[in-house]
Amino acid sequence: MVAAISACKLRRTYGDIVAVDSVDLEVEAGEVYGFLGPNGAGKSTVVRMLCTLASMTAGSASVAGYDVDSEGDQVRLNIGVALQDAALDGKLTGRETLTLQGRYYGLSRGSISTRIQQVAPLLDMSAIDRRVSTYSGGMKRRLDLAAALMHNPEVLFLDEPTTGLDPISRSMVWEQLKSLNKDLGMTIFLTTQYLEEADALTDRVGILNEGRLAAEGAPEDLKRNVGADVVVARVVNDPARAADAVSQLAGVSNVEVYGNEISAATTDGALIISPVAVALANAEIEVIELSIRPTTLDDVFLELTGARIEVEK
Amino acid sequence: MSAAAITEVGEPTSPHIVIRARPSGFFGDMASVSNRALRLLPRDLETILPALLIPLFFLVVTIGAIQNLASDAVPGFDYKAFQLPVALMTAVTGMSRANSLALDIANGYFDRLLMTPINRYALLLGLMVADFVLFLVLATPVIILGFAIGVSFGATGVLGLLVFVLFGAFWGLAYTGFPYAIALRTGNPGAVNSSILLFFPFMFLTTAWVSREVMTDWLAVITWFNPMTYALEAMRSLFLNWDGWALSRGILAVSIVGLLAQTLALRSLNGRVRRG
Repeated sequence: MVAAISACKLRRTYGDIVAVDSVDLEVEAGEVYGFLGPNGAGKSTVVRMLCTLASMTAGSASVAGYDVDSEGDQVRLNIGVALQDAALDGKLTGRETLTLQGRYYGLSRGSISTRIQQVAPLLDMSAIDRRVSTYSGGMKRRLDLAAALMHNPEVLFLDEPTTGLDPISRSMVWEQLKSLNKDLGMTIFLTTQYLEEADALTDRVGILNEGRLAAEGAPEDLKRNVGADVVVARVVNDPARAADAVSQLAGVSNVEVYGNEISAATTDGALIISPVAVALANAEIEVIELSIRPTTLDDVFLELTGARIEVEK
Repeated sequence: MSAAAITEVGEPTSPHIVIRARPSGFFGDMASVSNRALRLLPRDLETILPALLIPLFFLVVTIGAIQNLASDAVPGFDYKAFQLPVALMTAVTGMSRANSLALDIANGYFDRLLMTPINRYALLLGLMVADFVLFLVLATPVIILGFAIGVSFGATGVLGLLVFVLFGAFWGLAYTGFPYAIALRTGNPGAVNSSILLFFPFMFLTTAWVSREVMTDWLAVITWFNPMTYALEAMRSLFLNWDGWALSRGILAVSIVGLLAQTLALRSLNGRVRRG
C-alpha cells in the first residue's frame, strides 16, 4: 500500500539556520497524523515543503503517491491546505471565495454548488454572502478550512487549524475533522501546539523539536513510556533538592524540574503520593501544592527535550 | 475505502458521487484568475477613479491653455487631436492589478494560489487579461470627451478609432510588466506604487505637448530614444490618414517595451514561484 505521505531525510536550511533536519515520515492513507512542537520547531516548514510551497534543501518526499519535487502539479491536485494564517481575500464574499476555490480545481458550476452545501456545516451560512473582511477570526479560519475541502482532497494539511479560535469554534472544527476522517477516510496531517488537540484528534503524533523528529507514535504509547501518572509538587524553595529527594524513591522515574515545579512519572500515582510528601517533608522542602494527574503529551515532550511546549495565548 | 462508501461533510450517511479535482487547462486557469480580478475591479474604485478622471482633467486644461497658441503658431493645427493620445496613454500607463498582486503576496493569498494546480503563468496572464479589459473601460470616457470637443477620425473612420484604442490598450499591457515585476520581486504594495517613477520619463520626455520641431534641442534628442514618442506619433497619424510607416514604428516601440517589461515580469514570477 502506498503511504499517503512519505518523507525521507527531509532537510531545509535558511542560510546557516537549519529549520528542518533529517525528518523521516510515513503516514498511512486514512490516518490522522499530528505534528507537535513549540513555536519555531519547524512544523510549518515541513508542511510548506510537503505542499510544494517551499523547496527542500535535501531529502525526498511524496504525497498522495506523487513525488513532491518532480510531480508538483499532481501533488497540488490531490491536497487541500489551510495554513496557519487564513489566507483569504477580504474583498470577496464567503461564497465567492469558495466558488473561486472550486474553479481553481476545475470543478463545474454544479459541483461547486453541491460542495458549498456539503461544507456548509463548517460555515455561518447567514454570512456567506458578506465580504470576508467583515468576518471574525473564527469565521475566517472555518471558511479557510471549507475552501481547503472544496475539491475533496485525498490529503488534508492543516497548519495549526485552531490557533486563535474560541472554544466553540475549536470544538466545531474538531468535530468536522473527525467526521472527514471517519466518513471520507481522508488523510489528515495537522500541526498543533495544543496538546489536547493532538490527544483528541490524532492516531499518531510526531514530536518535533528544533527541526528534528524527537519521537513518534500513538499518543497513548508515548505517554505510557513516560508513566501512567505524574505526581506534581509546587515548592517554595530549592526545587533541585526537592527533585533529588523524590528521585530517591522507588517507583518513580523521569523526575523533572520546571521552574518551582517538580514532576515525577509513576505507574501508580495514588500509591506513591504519600511517600513523596514524606520525602519532601524529611528534606525540609516547603510544599505549596501536591497533586496527581494523568500523563500528557507535554510530559512526553518534557522528558524528550527538557522543556515544555509553551502555547502562545 | 471504496468510492461508493465515501460521504462528505454535512452528509455523513448518504453515499453519493464523489466530486474530485481535475486540471482546468491553461485557458481555464487564466479565466479563473481573470474572473477574480474583474470581479474585484468595481470594489477597487479608489484605485481606478484617478486613472479615469486625471487624464480628462489634463486634457481639458491643456487644450484650454495651449489651443489658441498652437493655432496661432500653425494655422489649422488641431491641438485637441494632438492631445487625445496623451490623455489615453496617461489613463492606461501604470494602471494594473499589480498592487492587488502585491497585496495577495503580503497577505498569503498568493500562497493559496500556488498550492492549487493553477498553471504558474496563468497567475500572471490572467491578471493581464483583466488589465486589458480595464484599459478598454478607461479609454471609453477619453474617447467620448474627444468626440465631444470635436476630434474626429476623418480619414481612417471607425477602424482608425479601433486601432487608436487598441494602441493604448496594448501600450498599457506592455507597460504592466514593470509594476508586476516589482510586485513579484518585493511583495510590497508600496514598492509597486514607486513604479510611477517610470511613468514620468515615459510620459513627459516625449512629444506630449509639442512636436519635436519646436522643442529645445536636448529634449528633442531624448524624445528620439523614448518609445512613447513613436506610440504617440502612430496614434496621432490615425487622425489624418493611414500612415504605414508611423504605425509600424509605433507597433515596434510598443513591442520593445512589452518584450522588456514582460520578460522582467516573467523572470520575477519564476523567482517568486521558486522561492520559499
